[in-house]
Amino acid sequence: MLTEKEILMVIEGIGETLWMVLASAFFGYVIGLPMGILLTVTGKDGIRPNAVVYKIFDVISNIFRSIPFLILLLMLQPLTRLLLGKSYGATATIVPLTIAAGPYIARMVESSLKEVDHGVIEAALSMGASTWTIIFKVLLTEARTSLVVNATIATNTILGYSAMAGACGGGGLGDIAIRYGYYRWQPNILYVTVILLVVLAQLFQMIGMFISRVIDRRRVE
Amino acid sequence: MEPIIKIEHLEKEFKLKEMDVHALRDVSLDIHKGDIYGIIGMSGAGKSTLVRCLNFLERPTGGTVTVNGKDLSKLSEKELREARKDIGMIFQHFNLLMQRSVIDNVCFPLEIAGMQKAQARKKAMEYLKIVGLEEKAKAYPVQLSGGQKQRVAIARVLASDPQILLCDEATSALDPQTTKSILQLLKEINRQYGITIVVITHEMAVVQEICSHVAIIDQGNLAEHGKVEDIFLAPKSREAKRLIYQGYEKVAEMKGKRCVRIVFSENSSFEPVIGNMVLAFKSPVNILYANTKDLDGVAKGEMVLQLPEDEEIGHKMIAYLKNARLAVEELEGYVD
Repeated sequence: MLTEKEILMVIEGIGETLWMVLASAFFGYVIGLPMGILLTVTGKDGIRPNAVVYKIFDVISNIFRSIPFLILLLMLQPLTRLLLGKSYGATATIVPLTIAAGPYIARMVESSLKEVDHGVIEAALSMGASTWTIIFKVLLTEARTSLVVNATIATNTILGYSAMAGACGGGGLGDIAIRYGYYRWQPNILYVTVILLVVLAQLFQMIGMFISRVIDRRRVE
Repeated sequence: MEPIIKIEHLEKEFKLKEMDVHALRDVSLDIHKGDIYGIIGMSGAGKSTLVRCLNFLERPTGGTVTVNGKDLSKLSEKELREARKDIGMIFQHFNLLMQRSVIDNVCFPLEIAGMQKAQARKKAMEYLKIVGLEEKAKAYPVQLSGGQKQRVAIARVLASDPQILLCDEATSALDPQTTKSILQLLKEINRQYGITIVVITHEMAVVQEICSHVAIIDQGNLAEHGKVEDIFLAPKSREAKRLIYQGYEKVAEMKGKRCVRIVFSENSSFEPVIGNMVLAFKSPVNILYANTKDLDGVAKGEMVLQLPEDEEIGHKMIAYLKNARLAVEELEGYVD
């Protein structure tokens, strides 16, 4: 079916995809988690409402989320070149993936943290808890199940974006699917890469759901 | 003696898009150390806003709240956080941290205070013992009943050694039996630790059960306040009457010509006052409503009687009841 060389290439593609997705998810959270916390805390019903700060981050997040990923990737090529010296390949794709994922993750984090019962926050305030204590010991811990579920969704979204980046020499499985499956019309490679992408998505989903279940104390045993 | 909580001309206005809501108007109240002070009103009366102004979870728009001699509005944010450690609060929906075990919930205020973990756990365990839940230390809130959750919340509040405990409808989500046991626990806490308790409720029964004083809030205004027994004997304001008579509002629809409300407060439980009266006048009375109980041999509570239509007998009966050391009040058209 596939030659040995092609099999090696696909295996390398899996590695590249994992590297791109996981690194982008990580850096995406480095940007998105603080931003999501800021959106929650400064929001209208937050513990430190601040309309100006909220609006600034609200607009930033909306702008980045409304640019189609492929166009964002092209727009960011100069920045990527500046940071990494080149604008193609798996590692280079991490830059636009991170920038696309950050604001998206921020929204996910915001929605998770907003699920925390306001009464519990009020109770913490009545005990004299500071803003930091409430962020770390109430918001992030109480919302942890929802945060993990949303991290799973975010990771799979990044997986989808990473495959899209293949159209511009992004590396990974998407790249292989486009170069071999589409330009050279080798359907067998196309199908193998698609199946692998589906399997990866399933895997992320399973791991995420498993973790979210294990850390949830709201279940009756 | 200087009151532990002094509320002066408190105002709270919420600015909403459509209109401004005046939640509290010129409320002044003194709460003394050791009191169990009930604040009662219909829902939407402003009592929850009032209690939130006592620890500045809600910032008043006018007037002052002085707790332990400190004007809360003059405190910096840090000082306010410190002041709040002296003012515990429990809630209708318990507000426990659902992802923390029972003992870790009780440890939470100690963590905020910066106590070492081992020491905090030891202290938390002691408070769990006081509320009778030490064997549930490792359980999670989801595994507890409502009453148990409120006990954990009480242990958590006690852990920070407060001088004041605010209870915001703390028993409203509980069944009558559990309500009784939680109220009993609050009473004990008040007696043993001298903690001043402020109870927000819409149920007169809760006030009667544990409160020494009561304030009645009606549409943001303080309608009436004073000792529970005084207000219960002779409610003056319309709102106080409505709250005290709420138990027999329905009965009153079929009110007869002469209805009287009598309040038992000092008669012996063994003295058949009504029975004797009926025998003496050889004329029946109709008991429309009764809520009495025996407290250490003394009859406590109230009744609504429909007296015979005969004017003269009615008058004589009222005199008879008054003579029997009961508070008697004619109820001509007391319902709106």
